[in-house]
Amino acid sequence: MMVKQISVFLENKSGRLAAVTRVLGSNDIDISALSIADTTDFGILRLIVNDPDKAVRVLKEHGFTVRSTDVIAISVPDRPGGLASALDVLERESIGIEYTYAFVGKKADEALVILRLDNPEKAIETLKKNNIKVLSAEDVYNL
Amino acid sequence: MEYWNRIYECMPREELTRIQSERLIQTVKRVYHNVPHYREKMQKAGIEPGDIQSLDDLKKLPFTYKQDLRDTYPYGMFAVPLTEIVRIHASSGTTGKPTVVGYTRRDIDTWAEVTARTLVCAGANKDSVVQIAYGYGLFTGGLGIHYGAERIGASVIPISGGNTKRQIQIMKDFGSTILACTPSYALYMAEEMEAMGIKKEDLKLKAGVFGAEPWSEQMREEIERRLGVLAIDIYGLSEVIGPGVASECKFKCGMHIPEDHFIPEIIDPDTEEVLPPGSTGELVFTTITKEGLPLIRYRTRDISSLKYDICECGRTCVRMSKVTGRTDDMLIIRGVNVFPSQIESVLLEVGDTAPHYQLVVKRVDNLDVLEILVEINQSLFSDEVKKLETVEKKIRSAIESVLGISAKVTLVEPKTIERSEGKAKRVIDLRKI
Ligand SMILES: [Zn+2]
Repeated sequence: MMVKQISVFLENKSGRLAAVTRVLGSNDIDISALSIADTTDFGILRLIVNDPDKAVRVLKEHGFTVRSTDVIAISVPDRPGGLASALDVLERESIGIEYTYAFVGKKADEALVILRLDNPEKAIETLKKNNIKVLSAEDVYNL
Repeated sequence: MEYWNRIYECMPREELTRIQSERLIQTVKRVYHNVPHYREKMQKAGIEPGDIQSLDDLKKLPFTYKQDLRDTYPYGMFAVPLTEIVRIHASSGTTGKPTVVGYTRRDIDTWAEVTARTLVCAGANKDSVVQIAYGYGLFTGGLGIHYGAERIGASVIPISGGNTKRQIQIMKDFGSTILACTPSYALYMAEEMEAMGIKKEDLKLKAGVFGAEPWSEQMREEIERRLGVLAIDIYGLSEVIGPGVASECKFKCGMHIPEDHFIPEIIDPDTEEVLPPGSTGELVFTTITKEGLPLIRYRTRDISSLKYDICECGRTCVRMSKVTGRTDDMLIIRGVNVFPSQIESVLLEVGDTAPHYQLVVKRVDNLDVLEILVEINQSLFSDEVKKLETVEKKIRSAIESVLGISAKVTLVEPKTIERSEGKAKRVIDLRKI
Protein backbone atom coordinates (compact mmCIF):
# COMPACT_ATOMS: atom_id res chain seq x y z
CA MET A 1 0.00 0.00 0.00
CA MET A 2 3.04 2.20 0.22
CA VAL A 3 3.30 4.85 -2.48
CA LYS A 4 6.71 6.07 -3.66
CA GLN A 5 6.92 9.82 -3.71
CA ILE A 6 9.90 11.54 -5.24
CA SER A 7 11.29 14.77 -3.82
CA VAL A 8 13.47 17.19 -5.76
CA PHE A 9 15.55 20.05 -4.38
CA LEU A 10 14.87 23.32 -6.18
CA GLU A 11 16.44 26.70 -5.78
CA ASN A 12 13.93 29.50 -5.72
CA LYS A 13 14.66 30.83 -9.15
CA SER A 14 12.54 30.94 -12.23
CA GLY A 15 12.53 28.05 -14.63
CA ARG A 16 13.53 25.32 -12.20
CA LEU A 17 10.08 23.76 -11.86
CA ALA A 18 9.64 23.93 -15.61
CA ALA A 19 12.99 22.15 -16.05
CA VAL A 20 11.84 19.22 -13.88
CA THR A 21 8.53 18.82 -15.68
CA ARG A 22 10.29 19.04 -19.04
CA VAL A 23 12.69 16.21 -18.13
CA LEU A 24 9.80 14.05 -16.92
CA GLY A 25 7.61 14.84 -19.93
CA SER A 26 10.28 14.03 -22.47
CA ASN A 27 10.77 10.69 -20.75
CA ASP A 28 7.06 9.83 -20.87
CA ILE A 29 6.58 10.14 -17.15
CA ASP A 30 3.15 11.21 -16.01
CA ILE A 31 2.64 13.34 -12.91
CA SER A 32 -0.44 12.47 -10.88
CA ALA A 33 0.19 14.68 -7.85
CA LEU A 34 2.47 17.58 -7.13
CA SER A 35 3.23 19.85 -4.19
CA ILE A 36 5.93 22.39 -3.37
CA ALA A 37 7.11 23.30 0.08
CA ASP A 38 9.23 26.41 -0.07
CA THR A 39 11.33 28.70 2.06
CA THR A 40 12.87 32.00 0.99
CA ASP A 41 15.93 30.29 -0.50
CA PHE A 42 14.84 26.89 -1.70
CA GLY A 43 11.88 24.63 -2.30
CA ILE A 44 11.22 20.92 -2.12
CA LEU A 45 9.14 19.63 -4.99
CA ARG A 46 7.17 16.49 -4.14
CA LEU A 47 5.79 14.36 -6.94
CA ILE A 48 3.74 11.23 -7.42
CA VAL A 49 4.43 9.82 -10.88
CA ASN A 50 3.54 6.69 -12.83
CA ASP A 51 7.12 5.35 -12.83
CA PRO A 52 8.99 6.63 -9.77
CA ASP A 53 12.17 4.56 -10.28
CA LYS A 54 12.61 5.83 -13.80
CA ALA A 55 11.80 9.38 -12.70
CA VAL A 56 14.53 9.28 -10.05
CA ARG A 57 17.02 7.96 -12.59
CA VAL A 58 16.34 10.51 -15.32
CA LEU A 59 16.24 13.44 -12.90
CA LYS A 60 19.57 12.38 -11.39
CA GLU A 61 20.99 12.12 -14.89
CA HIS A 62 19.97 15.74 -15.38
CA GLY A 63 21.81 16.82 -12.26
CA PHE A 64 18.91 17.14 -9.82
CA THR A 65 19.13 16.06 -6.20
CA VAL A 66 16.32 13.54 -5.80
CA ARG A 67 15.20 11.04 -3.23
CA SER A 68 12.24 8.77 -2.98
CA THR A 69 10.20 8.35 0.19
CA ASP A 70 7.32 6.12 1.16
CA VAL A 71 4.05 7.95 1.63
CA ILE A 72 0.47 6.73 1.79
CA ALA A 73 -2.54 7.89 -0.20
CA ILE A 74 -6.03 7.84 1.21
CA SER A 75 -9.43 8.57 -0.18
CA VAL A 76 -11.87 10.41 2.05
CA PRO A 77 -15.48 11.44 1.42
CA ASP A 78 -15.63 14.86 -0.21
CA ARG A 79 -17.73 16.54 2.48
CA PRO A 80 -17.06 18.70 5.57
CA GLY A 81 -15.14 16.71 8.18
CA GLY A 82 -14.14 14.04 5.68
CA LEU A 83 -10.40 14.45 6.26
CA ALA A 84 -10.80 15.14 9.98
CA SER A 85 -12.02 11.63 10.70
CA ALA A 86 -8.89 10.14 9.11
CA LEU A 87 -6.59 12.52 10.97
CA ASP A 88 -8.36 11.78 14.25
CA VAL A 89 -7.55 8.09 13.81
CA LEU A 90 -3.87 8.87 13.35
CA GLU A 91 -3.79 11.20 16.29
CA ARG A 92 -5.39 8.61 18.57
CA GLU A 93 -2.58 6.22 17.69
CA SER A 94 0.04 8.96 18.14
CA ILE A 95 1.23 8.68 14.56
CA GLY A 96 2.96 11.92 13.62
CA ILE A 97 2.31 13.61 10.28
CA GLU A 98 5.38 15.17 8.65
CA TYR A 99 3.37 16.80 5.88
CA THR A 100 0.30 16.25 3.75
CA TYR A 101 -1.18 17.48 0.50
CA ALA A 102 -4.31 16.80 -1.52
CA PHE A 103 -4.57 15.87 -5.16
CA VAL A 104 -7.23 15.39 -7.76
CA GLY A 105 -9.03 12.10 -8.15
CA LYS A 106 -11.38 10.98 -10.88
CA LYS A 107 -14.52 10.51 -8.84
CA ALA A 108 -16.46 13.59 -7.83
CA ASP A 109 -17.42 12.39 -4.35
CA GLU A 110 -13.93 11.53 -3.10
CA ALA A 111 -10.95 13.63 -2.09
CA LEU A 112 -7.47 12.13 -2.36
CA VAL A 113 -4.80 12.99 0.18
CA ILE A 114 -1.08 12.12 0.43
CA LEU A 115 0.33 11.68 3.92
CA ARG A 116 3.98 11.51 4.93
CA LEU A 117 3.98 9.83 8.33
CA ASP A 118 6.59 8.81 10.82
CA ASN A 119 5.22 5.26 11.00
CA PRO A 120 3.53 4.43 7.67
CA GLU A 121 3.09 0.66 8.29
CA LYS A 122 1.23 1.17 11.52
CA ALA A 123 -0.77 3.99 9.91
CA ILE A 124 -2.01 1.79 7.07
CA GLU A 125 -3.10 -0.89 9.51
CA THR A 126 -4.90 1.62 11.73
CA LEU A 127 -6.61 3.49 8.90
CA LYS A 128 -7.90 0.27 7.35
CA LYS A 129 -9.19 -0.93 10.69
CA ASN A 130 -11.18 2.30 10.89
CA ASN A 131 -12.62 1.85 7.41
CA ILE A 132 -10.64 4.58 5.77
CA LYS A 133 -9.77 3.78 2.16
CA VAL A 134 -6.05 3.49 1.57
CA LEU A 135 -5.13 3.52 -2.12
CA SER A 136 -2.66 1.09 -3.63
CA ALA A 137 0.46 2.32 -5.38
CA GLU A 138 -0.89 1.19 -8.74
CA ASP A 139 -4.14 3.10 -8.20
CA VAL A 140 -2.23 6.26 -7.52
CA TYR A 141 0.43 5.96 -10.23
CA ASN A 142 -2.25 5.52 -12.87
CA LEU A 143 -4.52 8.34 -11.89
CA MET B 1 54.40 67.20 18.44
CA GLU B 2 55.70 66.31 14.95
CA TYR B 3 57.38 63.03 15.77
CA TRP B 4 57.32 60.69 18.72
CA ASN B 5 60.95 59.63 18.35
CA ARG B 6 62.71 62.00 15.99
CA ILE B 7 66.07 60.26 16.25
CA TYR B 8 64.86 56.96 14.90
CA GLU B 9 62.03 58.17 12.69
CA CYS B 10 64.26 60.62 10.85
CA MET B 11 67.56 58.76 10.99
CA PRO B 12 69.84 58.91 7.94
CA ARG B 13 69.72 55.60 6.05
CA GLU B 14 73.42 54.71 6.60
CA GLU B 15 73.06 55.03 10.32
CA LEU B 16 69.80 53.07 10.31
CA THR B 17 71.43 50.30 8.26
CA ARG B 18 74.26 50.08 10.79
CA ILE B 19 71.78 49.74 13.67
CA GLN B 20 69.69 47.21 11.77
CA SER B 21 72.79 45.12 11.00
CA GLU B 22 73.85 45.05 14.66
CA ARG B 23 70.39 44.12 15.87
CA LEU B 24 69.95 41.50 13.16
CA ILE B 25 73.23 39.80 14.12
CA GLN B 26 72.12 39.69 17.75
CA THR B 27 68.66 38.38 16.90
CA VAL B 28 70.01 35.59 14.70
CA LYS B 29 72.41 34.52 17.44
CA ARG B 30 69.63 34.53 19.99
CA VAL B 31 67.15 32.49 17.99
CA TYR B 32 69.85 30.02 16.93
CA HIS B 33 70.71 29.30 20.53
CA ASN B 34 67.26 29.59 22.11
CA VAL B 35 64.77 28.25 19.56
CA PRO B 36 65.40 24.68 18.36
CA HIS B 37 63.00 25.21 15.44
CA TYR B 38 65.09 28.08 14.06
CA ARG B 39 68.34 26.23 14.71
CA GLU B 40 67.13 23.19 12.74
CA LYS B 41 65.96 25.39 9.88
CA MET B 42 69.26 27.22 9.72
CA GLN B 43 71.25 24.02 9.92
CA LYS B 44 69.18 22.55 7.11
CA ALA B 45 69.94 25.65 5.04
CA GLY B 46 73.63 25.31 5.93
CA ILE B 47 73.77 28.62 7.78
CA GLU B 48 75.42 29.48 11.07
CA PRO B 49 74.98 32.69 13.05
CA GLY B 50 78.50 33.71 12.01
CA ASP B 51 77.40 33.86 8.39
CA ILE B 52 75.20 36.86 9.19
CA GLN B 53 77.57 39.83 9.28
CA SER B 54 75.34 42.64 8.08
CA LEU B 55 71.93 43.56 6.71
CA ASP B 56 73.02 42.29 3.28
CA ASP B 57 73.13 38.76 4.67
CA LEU B 58 69.44 38.83 5.62
CA LYS B 59 68.48 37.20 2.32
CA LYS B 60 70.53 34.10 3.21
CA LEU B 61 68.19 33.25 6.08
CA PRO B 62 65.33 30.80 5.65
CA PHE B 63 61.73 32.08 5.78
CA THR B 64 59.34 31.63 8.67
CA TYR B 65 55.73 30.71 7.93
CA LYS B 66 52.50 30.81 9.90
CA GLN B 67 52.70 27.02 9.72
CA ASP B 68 55.89 27.14 11.84
CA LEU B 69 53.88 28.79 14.60
CA ARG B 70 51.20 26.13 14.31
CA ASP B 71 53.70 23.28 14.28
CA THR B 72 55.26 24.54 17.48
CA TYR B 73 51.96 25.47 19.17
CA PRO B 74 51.72 27.00 21.70
CA TYR B 75 55.15 28.15 22.92
CA GLY B 76 57.67 26.43 20.65
CA MET B 77 58.82 29.60 18.89
CA PHE B 78 59.35 31.57 22.09
CA ALA B 79 62.99 32.58 22.58
CA VAL B 80 62.71 33.10 26.35
CA PRO B 81 61.34 30.93 29.15
CA LEU B 82 57.74 31.57 30.21
CA THR B 83 58.93 33.24 33.41
CA GLU B 84 60.03 36.18 31.25
CA ILE B 85 56.78 36.32 29.27
CA VAL B 86 54.39 38.88 30.77
CA ARG B 87 51.65 38.78 28.15
CA ILE B 88 50.13 36.28 25.78
CA HIS B 89 47.89 37.13 22.84
CA ALA B 90 46.52 34.87 20.14
CA SER B 91 44.94 35.22 16.75
CA SER B 92 41.92 33.19 15.69
CA GLY B 93 42.89 29.66 14.72
CA THR B 94 42.62 28.50 11.15
CA THR B 95 42.39 24.80 11.86
CA GLY B 96 41.24 25.06 15.44
CA LYS B 97 44.60 26.11 16.84
CA PRO B 98 45.25 29.82 17.25
CA THR B 99 48.59 31.50 16.60
CA VAL B 100 50.08 32.29 19.99
CA VAL B 101 52.34 35.29 20.56
CA GLY B 102 54.23 36.16 23.76
CA TYR B 103 55.69 39.43 24.98
CA THR B 104 58.40 40.11 27.51
CA ARG B 105 58.28 43.28 29.59
CA ARG B 106 60.62 44.89 27.08
CA ASP B 107 58.43 43.74 24.17
CA ILE B 108 55.44 45.50 25.73
CA ASP B 109 57.65 48.56 26.00
CA THR B 110 58.61 48.26 22.32
CA TRP B 111 54.95 47.83 21.42
CA ALA B 112 54.00 50.98 23.30
CA GLU B 113 56.82 52.79 21.48
CA VAL B 114 55.67 51.79 17.99
CA THR B 115 51.97 52.42 18.62
CA ALA B 116 52.90 55.79 20.16
CA ARG B 117 54.57 56.60 16.84
CA THR B 118 51.37 55.51 15.06
CA LEU B 119 49.20 57.81 17.14
CA VAL B 120 51.58 60.75 16.81
CA CYS B 121 51.52 60.18 13.04
CA ALA B 122 47.77 60.85 13.30
CA GLY B 123 48.42 64.03 15.27
CA ALA B 124 47.85 62.72 18.80
CA ASN B 125 49.58 64.26 21.80
CA LYS B 126 49.24 64.32 25.57
CA ASP B 127 46.11 66.45 25.34
CA SER B 128 44.35 63.89 23.15
CA VAL B 129 41.39 61.83 24.29
CA VAL B 130 41.77 58.48 22.58
CA GLN B 131 38.69 56.30 22.23
CA ILE B 132 39.79 52.75 21.55
CA ALA B 133 37.00 50.81 19.88
CA TYR B 134 39.21 47.94 18.74
CA GLY B 135 38.47 44.70 20.55
CA TYR B 136 40.41 44.07 23.76
CA GLY B 137 41.21 40.55 24.90
CA LEU B 138 43.30 38.02 22.99
CA PHE B 139 43.12 40.21 19.88
CA THR B 140 46.11 42.56 19.83
CA GLY B 141 44.25 45.61 18.50
CA GLY B 142 42.79 47.11 21.66
CA LEU B 143 45.64 46.74 24.13
CA GLY B 144 48.28 47.56 21.51
CA ILE B 145 46.87 51.01 20.79
CA HIS B 146 46.05 51.41 24.48
CA TYR B 147 49.69 51.21 25.55
CA GLY B 148 50.78 53.61 22.83
CA ALA B 149 48.15 56.16 23.84
CA GLU B 150 49.16 55.91 27.50
CA ARG B 151 52.82 56.23 26.52
CA ILE B 152 52.27 59.61 24.92
CA GLY B 153 50.25 60.69 27.93
CA ALA B 154 46.87 60.90 26.20
CA SER B 155 43.64 60.16 28.07
CA VAL B 156 42.51 56.70 27.09
CA ILE B 157 38.91 55.48 26.83
CA PRO B 158 39.19 51.70 26.63
CA ILE B 159 35.65 51.14 25.37
CA SER B 160 36.42 48.15 23.08
CA GLY B 161 34.14 47.24 20.17
CA GLY B 162 30.35 47.21 19.92
CA ASN B 163 27.56 49.01 21.77
CA THR B 164 27.53 51.70 19.12
CA LYS B 165 25.00 54.12 20.58
CA ARG B 166 26.95 54.22 23.82
CA GLN B 167 30.21 54.69 21.88
CA ILE B 168 28.77 57.74 20.19
CA GLN B 169 27.29 59.18 23.38
CA ILE B 170 30.65 58.80 25.13
CA MET B 171 32.50 60.23 22.15
CA LYS B 172 30.30 63.30 22.38
CA ASP B 173 30.19 63.64 26.18
CA PHE B 174 33.87 62.85 26.85
CA GLY B 175 35.13 64.89 23.94
CA SER B 176 37.14 62.13 22.28
CA THR B 177 39.63 63.55 19.79
CA ILE B 178 41.11 60.36 18.35
CA LEU B 179 39.13 57.29 17.35
CA ALA B 180 40.76 53.89 16.90
CA CYS B 181 38.71 51.13 15.23
CA THR B 182 38.24 49.28 11.96
CA PRO B 183 37.33 51.57 9.04
CA SER B 184 34.02 49.79 8.47
CA TYR B 185 33.08 50.31 12.09
CA ALA B 186 33.93 54.00 11.77
CA LEU B 187 31.46 54.29 8.89
CA TYR B 188 28.86 52.35 10.81
CA MET B 189 29.28 54.81 13.67
CA ALA B 190 28.83 57.69 11.26
CA GLU B 191 25.50 56.21 10.21
CA GLU B 192 24.33 55.59 13.75
CA MET B 193 25.33 59.14 14.63
CA GLU B 194 23.18 60.54 11.88
CA ALA B 195 20.30 58.34 13.02
CA MET B 196 20.74 59.64 16.59
CA GLY B 197 20.72 63.20 15.32
CA ILE B 198 24.31 63.87 16.41
CA LYS B 199 26.30 66.00 13.97
CA LYS B 200 30.04 65.82 13.46
CA GLU B 201 30.18 69.41 14.73
CA ASP B 202 28.90 68.12 18.09
CA LEU B 203 32.08 66.04 18.42
CA LYS B 204 35.70 67.00 19.05
CA LEU B 205 37.09 64.24 16.84
CA LYS B 206 40.23 65.24 14.95
CA ALA B 207 41.63 61.99 13.62
CA GLY B 208 41.13 58.28 13.43
CA VAL B 209 43.59 55.39 13.19
CA PHE B 210 41.86 52.73 11.18
CA GLY B 211 43.18 49.28 10.35
CA ALA B 212 42.75 45.50 10.69
CA GLU B 213 41.00 45.25 7.32
CA PRO B 214 41.50 46.50 3.77
CA TRP B 215 39.80 49.75 2.79
CA SER B 216 39.76 52.10 -0.14
CA GLU B 217 40.52 55.76 -0.80
CA GLN B 218 36.85 56.28 -1.48
CA MET B 219 36.03 54.85 1.95
CA ARG B 220 38.61 57.20 3.45
CA GLU B 221 36.93 60.19 1.84
CA GLU B 222 33.58 59.08 3.15
CA ILE B 223 34.85 58.63 6.71
CA GLU B 224 36.63 61.99 6.62
CA ARG B 225 33.55 63.75 5.29
CA ARG B 226 31.03 62.15 7.62
CA LEU B 227 33.06 62.15 10.83
CA GLY B 228 35.05 65.29 10.07
CA VAL B 229 38.38 63.63 10.81
CA LEU B 230 41.77 62.93 9.31
CA ALA B 231 41.57 59.20 8.56
CA ILE B 232 44.89 57.40 8.88
CA ASP B 233 45.55 53.89 7.62
CA ILE B 234 47.48 51.66 10.00
CA TYR B 235 48.86 48.14 9.62
CA GLY B 236 49.86 45.41 11.99
CA LEU B 237 49.86 41.72 12.53
CA SER B 238 50.01 39.93 15.83
CA GLU B 239 52.95 37.74 14.82
CA VAL B 240 55.14 40.81 14.22
CA ILE B 241 53.81 42.72 17.25
CA GLY B 242 50.18 43.78 16.63
CA PRO B 243 49.18 47.32 15.63
CA GLY B 244 52.21 49.58 15.27
CA VAL B 245 53.91 47.71 12.42
CA ALA B 246 53.17 50.59 10.04
CA SER B 247 51.22 53.83 9.96
CA GLU B 248 50.50 56.66 7.57
CA CYS B 249 51.34 60.21 8.47
CA LYS B 250 49.08 63.16 7.61
CA PHE B 251 50.44 63.14 4.04
CA LYS B 252 48.80 59.74 3.42
CA CYS B 253 51.44 58.48 1.03
CA GLY B 254 52.19 55.03 2.39
CA MET B 255 52.59 53.65 5.90
CA HIS B 256 55.83 54.34 7.77
CA ILE B 257 57.50 51.25 9.21
CA PRO B 258 59.60 51.63 12.37
CA GLU B 259 62.66 50.08 10.78
CA ASP B 260 64.70 50.21 13.95
CA HIS B 261 62.38 47.38 15.12
CA PHE B 262 61.15 45.61 12.00
CA ILE B 263 62.98 45.04 8.71
CA PRO B 264 60.63 44.71 5.75
CA GLU B 265 61.44 43.00 2.46
CA ILE B 266 59.39 42.51 -0.68
CA ILE B 267 59.83 39.13 -2.33
CA ASP B 268 58.45 37.33 -5.33
CA PRO B 269 56.17 34.80 -3.61
CA ASP B 270 56.94 32.12 -6.20
CA THR B 271 60.69 32.43 -6.76
CA GLU B 272 61.27 33.80 -3.22
CA GLU B 273 63.78 36.30 -4.64
CA VAL B 274 64.06 39.67 -2.94
CA LEU B 275 62.68 42.31 -5.32
CA PRO B 276 64.19 45.78 -5.87
CA PRO B 277 62.67 48.83 -4.09
CA GLY B 278 59.33 49.87 -5.53
CA SER B 279 58.39 46.39 -6.76
CA THR B 280 55.10 44.82 -5.81
CA GLY B 281 55.28 41.45 -4.07
CA GLU B 282 54.87 39.66 -0.77
CA LEU B 283 55.75 41.55 2.37
CA VAL B 284 58.22 39.78 4.67
CA PHE B 285 59.20 40.97 8.16
CA THR B 286 62.16 40.32 10.41
CA THR B 287 61.88 41.61 13.96
CA ILE B 288 65.16 42.85 15.41
CA THR B 289 64.26 43.96 18.92
CA LYS B 290 61.65 41.47 20.03
CA GLU B 291 62.59 39.08 22.82
CA GLY B 292 59.57 36.83 23.36
CA LEU B 293 58.81 35.86 19.79
CA PRO B 294 61.49 37.02 17.37
CA LEU B 295 60.56 36.39 13.75
CA ILE B 296 63.06 35.78 10.98
CA ARG B 297 61.79 36.64 7.50
CA TYR B 298 58.14 36.06 8.33
CA ARG B 299 55.97 35.57 5.26
CA THR B 300 52.93 37.79 5.79
CA ARG B 301 51.15 36.67 2.56
CA ASP B 302 50.15 40.33 2.17
CA ILE B 303 50.91 41.97 -1.16
CA SER B 304 52.42 45.44 -0.94
CA SER B 305 55.38 47.53 -2.08
CA LEU B 306 58.02 49.67 -0.34
CA LYS B 307 59.01 53.29 -0.95
CA TYR B 308 62.36 54.47 0.41
CA ASP B 309 62.32 58.16 -0.58
CA ILE B 310 62.06 60.69 2.22
CA CYS B 311 58.46 61.57 3.06
CA GLU B 312 57.17 65.16 3.10
CA CYS B 313 56.76 64.76 6.86
CA GLY B 314 60.54 64.39 7.19
CA ARG B 315 60.49 60.77 8.30
CA THR B 316 63.18 58.76 6.58
CA CYS B 317 61.82 55.32 7.44
CA VAL B 318 60.42 53.26 4.59
CA ARG B 319 56.73 53.36 3.63
CA MET B 320 54.63 50.38 2.62
CA SER B 321 51.70 50.75 0.25
CA LYS B 322 48.19 49.68 1.17
CA VAL B 323 47.88 45.91 1.06
CA THR B 324 46.35 45.11 -2.31
CA GLY B 325 45.80 41.39 -1.92
CA ARG B 326 46.98 38.07 -0.55
CA THR B 327 49.21 35.34 -1.89
CA ASP B 328 46.91 32.78 -0.29
CA ASP B 329 43.14 32.59 -0.29
CA MET B 330 42.63 34.19 3.12
CA LEU B 331 39.76 36.64 3.47
CA ILE B 332 39.49 39.34 6.07
CA ILE B 333 35.88 39.67 7.14
CA ARG B 334 35.05 42.25 9.79
CA GLY B 335 38.67 42.07 10.91
CA VAL B 336 38.63 38.28 11.25
CA ASN B 337 40.94 36.10 9.16
CA VAL B 338 38.95 33.49 7.29
CA PHE B 339 40.38 30.65 5.25
CA PRO B 340 38.15 28.59 2.95
CA SER B 341 39.71 25.47 4.50
CA GLN B 342 38.05 26.36 7.82
CA ILE B 343 34.64 26.43 6.18
CA GLU B 344 35.43 23.17 4.46
CA SER B 345 36.18 21.37 7.70
CA VAL B 346 32.92 22.63 9.21
CA LEU B 347 30.99 21.32 6.20
CA LEU B 348 32.73 17.96 6.49
CA GLU B 349 31.51 17.65 10.05
CA VAL B 350 27.91 18.32 9.06
CA GLY B 351 27.53 15.97 6.08
CA ASP B 352 28.96 12.59 5.10
CA THR B 353 30.96 14.11 2.28
CA ALA B 354 32.35 17.58 1.72
CA PRO B 355 29.88 19.42 -0.48
CA HIS B 356 30.94 22.03 -3.01
CA TYR B 357 30.77 25.47 -1.49
CA GLN B 358 31.55 29.08 -2.20
CA LEU B 359 32.13 32.07 0.00
CA VAL B 360 30.54 35.30 -1.17
CA VAL B 361 31.56 38.46 0.65
CA LYS B 362 29.70 41.72 0.18
CA ARG B 363 29.74 45.02 1.94
CA VAL B 364 26.22 45.99 2.93
CA ASP B 365 25.77 49.29 4.78
CA ASN B 366 29.53 49.35 5.34
CA LEU B 367 29.52 46.01 7.08
CA ASP B 368 31.04 42.85 5.63
CA VAL B 369 28.46 40.18 5.01
CA LEU B 370 29.50 36.59 4.42
CA GLU B 371 27.24 34.20 2.57
CA ILE B 372 28.17 30.56 2.22
CA LEU B 373 26.64 28.79 -0.74
CA VAL B 374 26.52 25.06 -0.16
CA GLU B 375 25.62 22.70 -2.97
CA ILE B 376 23.05 20.20 -1.81
CA ASN B 377 24.02 16.57 -2.19
CA GLN B 378 22.35 13.24 -1.60
CA SER B 379 23.57 13.00 1.99
CA LEU B 380 22.36 16.47 2.98
CA PHE B 381 19.03 16.34 1.16
CA SER B 382 15.75 15.48 2.81
CA ASP B 383 12.14 15.74 1.65
CA GLU B 384 11.33 17.65 4.84
CA VAL B 385 11.83 21.41 5.02
CA LYS B 386 12.67 21.40 8.71
CA LYS B 387 15.51 18.91 8.19
CA LEU B 388 17.04 21.07 5.49
CA GLU B 389 16.67 24.12 7.69
CA THR B 390 18.37 22.19 10.47
CA VAL B 391 21.29 21.55 8.13
CA GLU B 392 21.57 25.28 7.43
CA LYS B 393 21.33 26.12 11.10
CA LYS B 394 23.96 23.55 12.03
CA ILE B 395 26.42 24.94 9.49
CA ARG B 396 25.67 28.50 10.60
CA SER B 397 26.27 27.87 14.27
CA ALA B 398 29.40 25.77 13.62
CA ILE B 399 30.82 28.61 11.49
CA GLU B 400 29.99 31.08 14.23
CA SER B 401 31.74 29.06 16.90
CA VAL B 402 34.83 28.39 14.75
CA LEU B 403 35.25 31.87 13.24
CA GLY B 404 33.38 34.05 15.69
CA ILE B 405 31.44 35.71 12.89
CA SER B 406 27.96 35.06 11.62
CA ALA B 407 27.31 33.93 8.07
CA LYS B 408 24.25 33.34 5.95
CA VAL B 409 24.09 29.76 4.71
CA THR B 410 22.25 29.11 1.47
CA LEU B 411 21.67 25.67 0.02
CA VAL B 412 21.93 25.64 -3.76
CA GLU B 413 21.41 23.03 -6.45
CA PRO B 414 24.30 20.76 -7.45
CA LYS B 415 26.73 21.97 -10.11
CA THR B 416 25.58 25.55 -9.79
CA ILE B 417 28.81 26.80 -8.24
CA GLU B 418 31.18 27.89 -10.95
CA ARG B 419 34.15 25.58 -11.58
CA SER B 420 37.35 26.56 -13.27
CA GLU B 421 39.63 23.81 -14.55
CA GLY B 422 37.60 21.35 -12.53
CA LYS B 423 38.32 23.27 -9.35
CA ALA B 424 35.56 25.28 -7.75
CA LYS B 425 36.09 28.98 -7.32
CA ARG B 426 35.99 29.20 -3.55
CA VAL B 427 35.87 32.90 -2.96
CA ILE B 428 33.86 35.67 -4.57
CA ASP B 429 34.76 39.01 -3.02
CA LEU B 430 32.26 41.61 -4.14
CA ARG B 431 33.44 44.29 -1.73
CA LYS B 432 34.45 47.37 -3.67
CA ILE B 433 37.68 48.20 -1.95
ZN1 LIG C 1 55.29 60.78 6.31
